[in-house]
Amino acid sequence: MSTKATEKTLTPPPHTEPVVFTRDMLDWLPWLEPMAEADMTERHLTSLVDAARVKSPYFRLLARDPDVLEARTRTDKDIFYNPEAGLPRAERELAAAATSRLNGCIYCASVHARFAATYSKRVDDVQRLLDEGVDAKLDERWEAIVAASVALTTIPMTFGKEHVERLRKVGLDDAAIADLIGAASFFNWANRLMLSLGVPATQG
Amino acid sequence: MTDVIDTLVGIAPGSKLDAIRAQRSEARKHAQASYASLFEPKDSGSVTADERHAIAAFVAGLHGEPKTGSFYAAKLPASLGAAVAAEVAAAKSKGPYGHFPKGPLSAEDAPGPTWKVSDAGRKTLGPRLAAAFEHTHMLVFHPRDASAPSLQSLLDAGWSTTDIVTISQLVSFLSYQIRVVAGLSTLASTL
Repeated sequence: MSTKATEKTLTPPPHTEPVVFTRDMLDWLPWLEPMAEADMTERHLTSLVDAARVKSPYFRLLARDPDVLEARTRTDKDIFYNPEAGLPRAERELAAAATSRLNGCIYCASVHARFAATYSKRVDDVQRLLDEGVDAKLDERWEAIVAASVALTTIPMTFGKEHVERLRKVGLDDAAIADLIGAASFFNWANRLMLSLGVPATQG
Repeated sequence: MTDVIDTLVGIAPGSKLDAIRAQRSEARKHAQASYASLFEPKDSGSVTADERHAIAAFVAGLHGEPKTGSFYAAKLPASLGAAVAAEVAAAKSKGPYGHFPKGPLSAEDAPGPTWKVSDAGRKTLGPRLAAAFEHTHMLVFHPRDASAPSLQSLLDAGWSTTDIVTISQLVSFLSYQIRVVAGLSTLASTL
């Protein structure tokens, strides 16, 4: 048995929590102590993959289990950034934003709504998804992508052949559908970490 | 070792889905590495193999995805497996539900239960695992209700900050793996 005293959660400094979904840049404040930079070994640092992430309390907290952080990050990067074939980047980001909207992760939704808007140039449609939620009117292709993301995210999961057929009708091939499954599924991973280990805050 | 997602979906070498997964070879490799780091860690620290598999079997059971559920349940000793199955049966719900920060989104609040382990379950699971299961239920069904006090309950039950990072990754990874298995199985059925 450990003789160590029970640890305590952190109380974030005074901040304003966002109360709507937004494309604005947000901060994130941890409820658990991230690693101090000075305490990080070479293994912890390489687990960040991007060296700049040492400034992020979120990644320094996850670095406490470096093997899973590194594997998580490399999974994430291939699902979203691999440019070969499959679903266009904008629509992988749309799936991430829709999943985050449904689960209620205001921080994740802000990041991926910004990416979806940047890559698609459809700022109004992305904002409508944030404002109105996953039933927002978009266009048939985007609504099919959002509906598939929702069907993969709800419990019980309802993703069925009818979703695959609807995606094919709007032009997604099998590789694109597999990318959508990867993107929506991955955000069920990311949302749960972001939502449960800390709190978003408005900047400035 | 064999790729767990391929095994659970039933992706045969040379099949169409095998070729599609090969186009995202880094994601495939590192999803497997995530599994390995959580369930075959080089250093399991203070989260035991039974605890890891019990939490995973609970998450998979709550999702009702049969292939993933049996995979993790099969790794548990019989008495622990029976306790997990009993808690799954009592804990099943529909998600996601929960509260938003007070404001315009409050109109979308979907309140739901904060689930507690049964008295019988608490005896078999012990206080550490019982606290982890209660946190896991929140993460699975209503993650937007998360708060610092729910993490403090885990610390009070004897988990360390680093243990909580591992458990959070485990539940969240399962939330990914289960959906990939379900999604790719559906896609495979149409090929």
